[in-house]
Amino acid sequence: MNGLAEASNAFIYASMAALTVAMVAFAIAFSGKRSAVPVVIPAGDVALVERPAPAPGRRASNIGMSVTWLATALLFIGVVLRGLWADRVPWGNMYEFSITSALGILLVFLIWSTRRDLRWLGLFVVITALLTLGLAVTVLYTEAAQLVPALKSYWLIIHVSAAIVCAGAFTVGAGTASLSLIRSRVESKNGGQVSGWLTNVPSTERLRTLTNRVLAFAFPLWTFAVIAGAIWAENAWGRYWGWDPKETWAFITWVLYAAYLHARSTAGWRGNVASWIAILGWISFLINYFGVNIFVNSLHSYAGV
Amino acid sequence: MVITAPPPLSTGGFLRWSWRQLTSMRTSLILLFALAVVSIPGSILPQRGTNPILVDEWIEEAPTWGPILDSLGFFDVYAAPWFAAVYLLLFISLIGCVIPRAGVHWAALRTQPPPAPRYLTRFPGTIEWADPRSESEVLAAAGEALKGWRIRAEDGALSAERGYLKETGNLIFHIALVGVLIGVALGGLFGWRGNVIVREGNGFSNTLTQFDAWGGGRLTGDMALAPFSFTLTDFRVEFSREEAQRGSPTLFQAEVSYQESPQAAPVREVVEVNYPLEADGAKVFLVGHGYAPHFIVRDASGAVLFDDSVPFLPQDGSFTSTGVLKVPDASPQLGFTALFLPTTAVDDIRGPHSTFPEADDPSVFLSAWKGDLGLDGGVPQSVYTLKTEGMEQIGLEALVPGQTWEFPEGSIEFTGFDRWASFQIAHDPGKEVTLITAILAMIGLILTLSVRRRRIWVKVEKLPDGRTLVQVAGIAREDGGHATPEIAYTARSLGAPAEVIPEEDE
Repeated sequence: MNGLAEASNAFIYASMAALTVAMVAFAIAFSGKRSAVPVVIPAGDVALVERPAPAPGRRASNIGMSVTWLATALLFIGVVLRGLWADRVPWGNMYEFSITSALGILLVFLIWSTRRDLRWLGLFVVITALLTLGLAVTVLYTEAAQLVPALKSYWLIIHVSAAIVCAGAFTVGAGTASLSLIRSRVESKNGGQVSGWLTNVPSTERLRTLTNRVLAFAFPLWTFAVIAGAIWAENAWGRYWGWDPKETWAFITWVLYAAYLHARSTAGWRGNVASWIAILGWISFLINYFGVNIFVNSLHSYAGV
Repeated sequence: MVITAPPPLSTGGFLRWSWRQLTSMRTSLILLFALAVVSIPGSILPQRGTNPILVDEWIEEAPTWGPILDSLGFFDVYAAPWFAAVYLLLFISLIGCVIPRAGVHWAALRTQPPPAPRYLTRFPGTIEWADPRSESEVLAAAGEALKGWRIRAEDGALSAERGYLKETGNLIFHIALVGVLIGVALGGLFGWRGNVIVREGNGFSNTLTQFDAWGGGRLTGDMALAPFSFTLTDFRVEFSREEAQRGSPTLFQAEVSYQESPQAAPVREVVEVNYPLEADGAKVFLVGHGYAPHFIVRDASGAVLFDDSVPFLPQDGSFTSTGVLKVPDASPQLGFTALFLPTTAVDDIRGPHSTFPEADDPSVFLSAWKGDLGLDGGVPQSVYTLKTEGMEQIGLEALVPGQTWEFPEGSIEFTGFDRWASFQIAHDPGKEVTLITAILAMIGLILTLSVRRRRIWVKVEKLPDGRTLVQVAGIAREDGGHATPEIAYTARSLGAPAEVIPEEDE
């Protein structure tokens, strides 16, 4: 192991430390009660305007956001150093794919947060990224050097980078979908009212719309990732589709997210049912990543663990 | 559509009811779920298409469930009738949904947007203000501001609509999926795929008898094979010796001398993983490799009965390889089962095995048999198995290159080894159709998921003080029906005072 690899590891550990700080900050923000003044939206006014107006938790969540930016920058450097060390794109095995996916999750969240207030989603995103990194450095760590010949192709860059961005978007979508389900459940129990940390979260309907937005972005990209994978498979294995377990679960994931979009335009299914489907799609994505790589004998089994 | 009343009793009524159910959104949703569910077993159970040996082992180990699952098609899920039933129903539902929608959309593309509603203030987000310009001046300015929109101008009002590409994209996506299915079907019906093992220095010509395994579509016929051929002149393979990835391959490269037709001049080509050889409409892929130890078998008098290399099949990542050698010309007939170890190691648990895929310390472990090889029965035999019933074992021996084992019936010399490469040669006439329609589907998706369809109305009315009351309202198909950004944009273009335009949150 040489200096670049060590530096990469150091940056990744530093990023994890920063993410832990961010997690604590977001958790404090969540536990802080929001001022009990309901936001009155006068009839006939622009109904979409809905600003979370927290008082005590606000500073903590701002700290959380800043530290998340810092953690993402550290992770970015760590991933780049890893790529420089290996002298190729940093997603040649499961360890590298995991650290790059954690970066993808954080980037999707941060880029989106420049366009709207997403501080309420920070806790979920940071925990997910931290778990992914923790798994990467403990279980999946490999000192892999060279790629197996099947991976030596520019399609590795195209196909896998699309999958990484999808990993980020699917995860964020699963987060907003879960929150909408929790909020909807609490509301139906308490006659439409929520209390405690849930007051920091947008309304159920808003959460559903946000889920729809992020998945409407991710679904065509996933379609692209699958098509790119098929073109690559045709080049490497002589067929564009062979129902390899990886391909099968990519297909199942695609079908589930297609079902999600259909549910969104079906009366009676566009609410909680659609949210559940979004979570199922994410689970299927996770099965495809962890399950197929580790437990199944697949052409894609080059986990390196 | 909604799942409605029970079906009427007449046949026609029942058919209409069934068709409505099949093409409803709910049904297509359920079918999508069903498609996801029926795909799962194929990723858990071994499949004939990818791993027939594992399927046989699985069935052998589960004598009760194996045959039952087998007869239900669980080892060939993606060709099973129940799998086909789900996706065909889904596609029928899709077509039944898309055709009427295409008609509606086509009509909508050629008509003006509907007239503006009478009272705009009912709509959320309506903006109004008093404007110094005249009614016609404001409407003219609105027409200017909404350039590129489809506009219906009325007396004192204007309705504008845009975002028709949303529905166009939706229809493109669904129709293109039918194209993907057609492309897949074309490949399945007219394509073919064959596998062949070629030893270094040997050749292959593209005829059915030369393939070790061949699978053609139902309508392929036998005419389809182009008359190309190639010789494997050199095969290079390298493995990592670094600790972390010891034994994983770093290079496979097959150098071939390729002839497009028997008359054509040979061309030197290199085939690698990810870099197939284009051969007259087919593609030649490098899919595997292994060792072919070379043996010379002599009879008791020393006459040569066999002198060739024999491809052995690798059993693990370190290329512990097994193979069979049959010498029908000997009397009695001789057969050998053998283990080839590129880097030899022997221990108590695993017995003889290889510890590294490169031939650092090669050896063969032989078991010799005499008797009837069973080749005369007319039943085709695998070249990789030796039927030892009716044969008698002569003995066991281990050899390194150059060594000879002598036994009463003759001798066997292990002279060295060649490498072999396995190629998959495939022709899929449907793949271009699949690719183009898949890309079209993706473009359709991007359109339908990114374009917003919305309607904007501008109404003017003379106020008693001579000014003009301007109202701007709108709706959207998505985002809960709100067209807030477009309303604000229109109002701003019309010169509305800043205080009536809400601050943008998007």
